[in-house]
Amino acid sequence: METRDLILIEHFCNNHGIEFSFIDSLQTFGLIEVIIQEEQKYLQQDQLIEVEKMMRMHYDLDINMEGIDVISHLLKRINYLQQELIVTQNKLRLFVGED
Amino acid sequence: MEFIDYYNILEIQKTATEADIKAAYRKLARKYHPDLNPNDENAKKKFQQINEANEVLSDPEKRKKYDKYGKDWKHADEFEKANQQQSQSRSNDGGQQSYGSSGGDFSGDFSEFFESMYGSGAGGRSKQTKFRGQDLSAELHLNLMDVYKSQQQTLTVNGKNIRLTIPAGVENGQVIKIAGHGAPGANGGPNGDLYITFTIANHPKFKREGSNLYATVDLDLYTALLGGDLQVDTLDGKVKLKVAPETQGNTKVKLKGKGFPVYKKEGEFGDLYITYNVKLPTNLTEKEKESLTELSKLRANGN
Repeated sequence: METRDLILIEHFCNNHGIEFSFIDSLQTFGLIEVIIQEEQKYLQQDQLIEVEKMMRMHYDLDINMEGIDVISHLLKRINYLQQELIVTQNKLRLFVGED
Repeated sequence: MEFIDYYNILEIQKTATEADIKAAYRKLARKYHPDLNPNDENAKKKFQQINEANEVLSDPEKRKKYDKYGKDWKHADEFEKANQQQSQSRSNDGGQQSYGSSGGDFSGDFSEFFESMYGSGAGGRSKQTKFRGQDLSAELHLNLMDVYKSQQQTLTVNGKNIRLTIPAGVENGQVIKIAGHGAPGANGGPNGDLYITFTIANHPKFKREGSNLYATVDLDLYTALLGGDLQVDTLDGKVKLKVAPETQGNTKVKLKGKGFPVYKKEGEFGDLYITYNVKLPTNLTEKEKESLTELSKLRANGN
């Protein structure tokens, strides 16, 4: 059951045509967690969204690791603020329709 | 369908070199890429335009054709038709309008202008799904009462029926992820996910904040002054309240557990806050006026 949620990094890199060193760098920067089982390196399936996002930043937008690191923190912050905004907007709905 | 000025979109001159185009594209993509602008529809649209402009201008053949016919693109279409058989069949496979793709590759959406010039299959180059499937997003519009109790609902997304339980107490603006129900993966990659955003309309009587509900109830002058019983509506049916004598206007009463269900905590409810709105009588009769005058005199005499 557990291994089904693990993605072999080699397979992932081959499919995207990217170098393994990219994943290594992400790990070095503490941006992802690599799981080692029987000498094979894996990613957790629920990390794929983030890894693919960082991959696009690097290969499509030419952003280096330091930039990806900063952006990841800022995106987390944006996500938190967007959640806060929804909560605040929902509170404001209390006053809609009142004079 | 309008002519699109791709040079203008990339903010470059017509004389731009390949390197200029690449640099301009990257600069704008870094600004508008949907990965960097989560939940921003304007950025997404802008990025699609940038992508399309880059698709045309970074490809020497496409750029040549675009430069040659430019604003005369309608004739270009006719001209090209004579030379090659283009399949103009646009796949319009009935996807529900509230569904769209999100995250991942964004290169699939090209304008009608682009398609009329290059055909519907000309975009995207090698940007097909290589591994994890694309995420899909959907918006579900519901009334407050729809999320008062958990309910099962069947949604049709891309022709597939998905049966899901909408938990009671879902918030307006809340996003729920349905794992694996996005587009299928490729080469052994997992499917994408489906993200459902809930939009919950206001209720005419009850306002909601989290699991608490707020309502205003009219209270007639005499019940407010002398006290008495009052029936009020809750989402759970009517409730009888004892109104204390000399209740002031805007007094708030808390009805514990008569609010909204707490999300993912079965059997737990918030509270309902009732605010009394004391209604003063209108169209007073002569007799009422006399009695009220008497009352006011009593007050004026310090009683």
